[in-house]
Amino acid sequence: MNKLIQNEMMKLIAKKRLIVIALIIGVLVMLFTYAQYKQVQTQREKLGTSDWRTILQQQIVDTTNRLSSSRMQDEWKKQLQISLKQQQYYLDHDINPAEPGAPTFMRVFLESSIDLFIPLMVMVIASDLVSSEHSLGSIKLLLTRPVKRWKVLLSKYITLCLAISLIIAISGILSYLISGAVFGFKGWGAPILTGFNVTESGLNTSAVKLMSMWRFLLMDFGLVWFVAIVVGSLSFMLSVLIRSTAAGMGVMLAALISGAILTNMVSSWESAKYLFMVNLRLTDYMKGTAPPIEGMNLSFSIIVLFVWWAAALFVSFFVFTKKDVY
Amino acid sequence: MEKKITLAVKNLKKVIGKKEIIKGLTFDLREGEVFGFLGPNGAGKTTTIRMLVGLIKPTSGSIHICGYNLDEHFQEAMMSLGCIVENPELYPYLSGYNNLLHFARMLDGISGERIKEVTELVGLTERIHDKVKTYSLGMRQRLGIAQALLGRPKVLILDEPTNGLDPAGIREMREFIRFLAEDEGLSVLVSSHLLSEIQLLCDRVAIISKGTIIRTDTVQQLLANRERVVWRISPFEKGKQVLSSLTPMEEKEDGTILTEFDEEKIPEWNKQLVEAGVSVIEMNRKMPVLEDLFLELTGGDSIE
Repeated sequence: MNKLIQNEMMKLIAKKRLIVIALIIGVLVMLFTYAQYKQVQTQREKLGTSDWRTILQQQIVDTTNRLSSSRMQDEWKKQLQISLKQQQYYLDHDINPAEPGAPTFMRVFLESSIDLFIPLMVMVIASDLVSSEHSLGSIKLLLTRPVKRWKVLLSKYITLCLAISLIIAISGILSYLISGAVFGFKGWGAPILTGFNVTESGLNTSAVKLMSMWRFLLMDFGLVWFVAIVVGSLSFMLSVLIRSTAAGMGVMLAALISGAILTNMVSSWESAKYLFMVNLRLTDYMKGTAPPIEGMNLSFSIIVLFVWWAAALFVSFFVFTKKDVY
Repeated sequence: MEKKITLAVKNLKKVIGKKEIIKGLTFDLREGEVFGFLGPNGAGKTTTIRMLVGLIKPTSGSIHICGYNLDEHFQEAMMSLGCIVENPELYPYLSGYNNLLHFARMLDGISGERIKEVTELVGLTERIHDKVKTYSLGMRQRLGIAQALLGRPKVLILDEPTNGLDPAGIREMREFIRFLAEDEGLSVLVSSHLLSEIQLLCDRVAIISKGTIIRTDTVQQLLANRERVVWRISPFEKGKQVLSSLTPMEEKEDGTILTEFDEEKIPEWNKQLVEAGVSVIEMNRKMPVLEDLFLELTGGDSIE
C-alpha cells in the first residue's frame, strides 16, 4: 500500500499541481494582505494620531464603572465582563485591537475561503485523480497489475487526503508568514468570543465564552480540513464516474457556486439544508452568524456533510471495482 | 512433446446490453508459442483481450492464467501476465525510468536491478531518464514492452503491437517477439488485423469474426493451398480451355483467370499454354489476404 501511495505522490508532484496551488494561494494572500493594510491605514487616519493605548485605557475604565452599577441585568453584565477581559488582554499584550496581527488575518482568511476558495483548490487535485488515468489511457496499465482495484483506488484516495492536508497547511503557513511580515506575528493568545447560539427566540448568549486565538484557529483549521475532505471526496467520486476531467470539474464547480448563491436565498426552502453545498460554512457557527436555514447548527451540518462523504466514498469504490474499462 | 498450457480460455462470453459481443471463445496458449488473434476491426479482438487482462468482466466462461482463475485469484493470475492493451499509454510527464519504477512498485519483489535489465533488453538505456513525452512512438512501444516484462511474466498479451510503427520498427518488434517466445519461453498472444504480420510472426492463429472463432490452426495449415495465380492470356477463350483441362480455375470479371498456386506445376501449365499458341501476358502470384480468407471462411458474409 505504501508503494502505491508513493506512486500516486510521484505522479502528483510530477504534474506540478501542488506548486501551482501554492502559487495561487500565495498571490491571493498577498492581495488580501495589501487590502487589509490599506483598510488599517484609512482607519488610522480617521482616528487621528492619538495613542490607541489611552483610548483603550479609557474604555476599560468606562466598562468597569458600568459593571459596578447594581441595576444591570445579569445577561448584559456577562457580555460586558467578556469584552472587558478582551480589552484588558489587548492592553496587557500591547496589541492595537484595530490592527490585528497575523493570527487574526489567518482566521479571517480561513473563514472567507472555506466555502469556495479552498474547495476550488482541492478540486484542482481531486477532479482529475482518476479521470486523467482514463483520458491518458494509463488506467489500462494501472488495472492490469497484480493489485486489486480497491487498493489502487484507496491509494489514490489516501494521496488525495494527504494533498488536502498539505493544501491547508500551505494556506495556513503562507497566510501567517505573508500577513505577519506586514502586521506582525503577535496575537496567538488574543481572546475570541465564541459559543453564540442562534435559536428561534433570537441570539442566545448563555454559552458564550472566551477562547484564546490559537485554540480558535485550531478548531477553524479542523473544520476547514473536514470541509475540504468532503468536497475532495465528492470531486473524487465525480472523477470516477465521469471520464472527462473538465466535465467533472464543471459539475463540482456548479455545485459549489450554487451553494454560495443558495445560502442567500433558501431561508424558506427548508429541505435545502440537506444539500452539502449550503452546509460548507462551518466556521460561521463558531462566529455566531445566523445559519442560512432555521434549525441548522454545527452538529447538523457536520452530520449532513458526513453522510455525503460516506455516500461519495461508497459510490466511488463500488463503481471503480465493478466497472468495465474500455 | 506436449508443451505446458499457460493460458486457457473456456467458453468466454460477453453480453453488453442485449447484444452478445463475444459468443463463446475457447482456446489455449502453450509455452513458447506465439499465438495470433486475427480478425477485422470490430470482430471482438479488443474486447476479448480486455477480458483476458481483467479490464472487462466476462459475462460467462473462464480464463485461467498458469492455472489460476482470473476471476477468483486475480492477483496470482496477474502475476504471470504482462500486457499492452492498444497503445502503451505511459505517463508522459514522468521519465521512462520513473514509469518503470511506478509499475515495479505494483509488483512484489522487483528490484532496481530488474528495471535496469529490462531497460537494456529493449535498448532504452540511454534515454531512460528523459521524460516520456519526448519519446518517439517506437521508443514508447519499447518502454511499453519493458513495462510488460518487468514481472517476468509467463504470458505476454500484445494488442496490435505494430500499430503505428514504421517498417523498420515493425521488423524490430517482430524479431523481439520471436526472441521472447523462442529463447525466453514466453507464451505470446498477439492480436492484429493484418494477415501479413500474423503470418510472419505467429505459430498458430485463431481467426475471429463477429465474436466467434471461425478457425484455429497453424499458419502453415491455414495458408496452405490458399495462394493463387492470376493469369492474363490471349486469346482468352483458347487459353481458358487449355487451363481448365489442367486444373480447376475461376474466371474473373476483369478478364483474368485465377488458379491455385503450385510451384511444381506452374511451369508445366505455362509450357502447355505456350505450346497451344496462347501468349501469356501476365502471370502473377497472389498472396493470400485476410479479406479473401475471410470471405471464404465466413461464406461471403460481410465484415461488420
